[in-house]
Amino acid sequence: MKKLVNDPKRVVEESVAGFASAHADLVTASSDPLFIARAGGATRGKVGLVSGGGSGHEPLHAGFVGYGMLDAAVPGPVFTSPTPDPIVAATKAADGGAGVLHIVKNYTGDVLNFETAADLALAEGIEVRAVVTDDDVAVRDSLYTAGRRGVAGTVLVERIAGAAAERGDDLDAVAGIAERVNANVRSMGVALTPCVVPHAGEPSFELADDEIELGIGIHGEPGRTRTKLVSADEVVDLLLDPILADLPFGEGDRTLLFVNGMGGTPLVELYIFFRRAAEVLGERGIAVERSLVGNFVTSLEMQGASITVLKLDDELVELWDSPLHTAALRWGR
Amino acid sequence: MAGLGADWARDWLLRTAAVIAEHRTELLALDRAIGDGDHGENLDRGFQAVASKLDGAEGTPADLFKLAATTLISTVGGASGPLLGTALLKGSVAVQGREELDSDALVALLTAARDGLVSRGKAEPGDKTMVDAWSPAAIAAGEAATAGASPAEVLAAAAEAAEGGAAATEPLVARKGRASYLGERSAGHRDPGAQSSALILRAAARAAGHP
Repeated sequence: MKKLVNDPKRVVEESVAGFASAHADLVTASSDPLFIARAGGATRGKVGLVSGGGSGHEPLHAGFVGYGMLDAAVPGPVFTSPTPDPIVAATKAADGGAGVLHIVKNYTGDVLNFETAADLALAEGIEVRAVVTDDDVAVRDSLYTAGRRGVAGTVLVERIAGAAAERGDDLDAVAGIAERVNANVRSMGVALTPCVVPHAGEPSFELADDEIELGIGIHGEPGRTRTKLVSADEVVDLLLDPILADLPFGEGDRTLLFVNGMGGTPLVELYIFFRRAAEVLGERGIAVERSLVGNFVTSLEMQGASITVLKLDDELVELWDSPLHTAALRWGR
Repeated sequence: MAGLGADWARDWLLRTAAVIAEHRTELLALDRAIGDGDHGENLDRGFQAVASKLDGAEGTPADLFKLAATTLISTVGGASGPLLGTALLKGSVAVQGREELDSDALVALLTAARDGLVSRGKAEPGDKTMVDAWSPAAIAAGEAATAGASPAEVLAAAAEAAEGGAAATEPLVARKGRASYLGERSAGHRDPGAQSSALILRAAARAAGHP
């Protein structure tokens, strides 16, 4: 597998350095402990938002640091949670005196390290609340697993909670909005190929040329079933049926439809996905009021995509539309 | 009977670093089967860091455990760093201020460590996690102390129970951690966290002079 890297062990630090240099108007990076924060520091009196997790999912999370979204992001090693120290440092950098919300994807390592960091930050006098995202419908029985995973829906939680914080909501209110988005968002993904973690050098799993893995998490780890490759429209149906049945979404619902690429699938294919997903929602009387298409929660160079549907109301639409300025998403400002 | 002091605590942690390094490949293989294949690597990195921090460190057993706990939390990453770190941190609080640990203090240490793991990881016995080593260890230690066992005998009872608990994870279906996503496919493999915990508890008994 060919990769544009120098030293596989320095992939994350070199990438973060490049990111900070490219977006110096928006962010600043600390190298030890490693985290990214908004240029100009915390906004006085505003609730701070911090997210993080293993690297390899870019632009998640650093690409979402900026006005209207996150205050700081903590990248761990590729596919491995950061330890608590950098999370505490990022929490301090994000604290404007109104408390800090941690947005954590539901993976055991992420949850444990963020919990430990929250305890340590609290000991230093910073009020911290956490929202754990778990939008992935592929994991069926949460009673007998570590629970549903936090996947692409996390972007929508970060955006809308970030807008609420910018509006001046207090910590309880921002956490409440984040919980509400998480409760109303559902996702499911598919992989066409595995990916190669730079320091491992081997594909993370095997997939035959004519096979796809349905229900993957954001590392390509298995979810539901492996099946033969079918047409794009048929794959959309296989992903969308469990999503719509789960919340459930029904006639008259207003939604945001998000088609996310895993890193190695071109936009031309993602739009074929979106076309079919919008068509299915239309047939069921579900309105698509807002949309997002692109590579936002990736799995290195994996080919694949996920579909996310968020049920909207007037307030969520207003927050979604409010001004936003980050490296990966920008509008109204 | 004589209690176990800071020399024992230091020896335990150093023996742990050595035994984890020795079993690194075995732990990696166990984790590749049902997890993400980094357990031996992460623990080895963490306990090597503990060993170098202990160089020149002074104080009570609780002070050394606390130093080890914060080092594990800040170096291991993933799930096992915060879990083992929390176990040691809660254990250190249970024996705070004591120069020497008698049998009852060792039971308090192991019980607090087990309780810390359960509250941090939300796992119960039988979920195929490191709790399946620590829980029988704490129970066996308590029974041994009640029967009048010496500190070394208490630790030996704990180590034996932990080894039995780790072996007993093999047929289990994982209900917590990364292995749980495999569902039924996780049965037939020993849990790497339970196995490393059994190694850690055996090191405690050996440091107390028990084979």
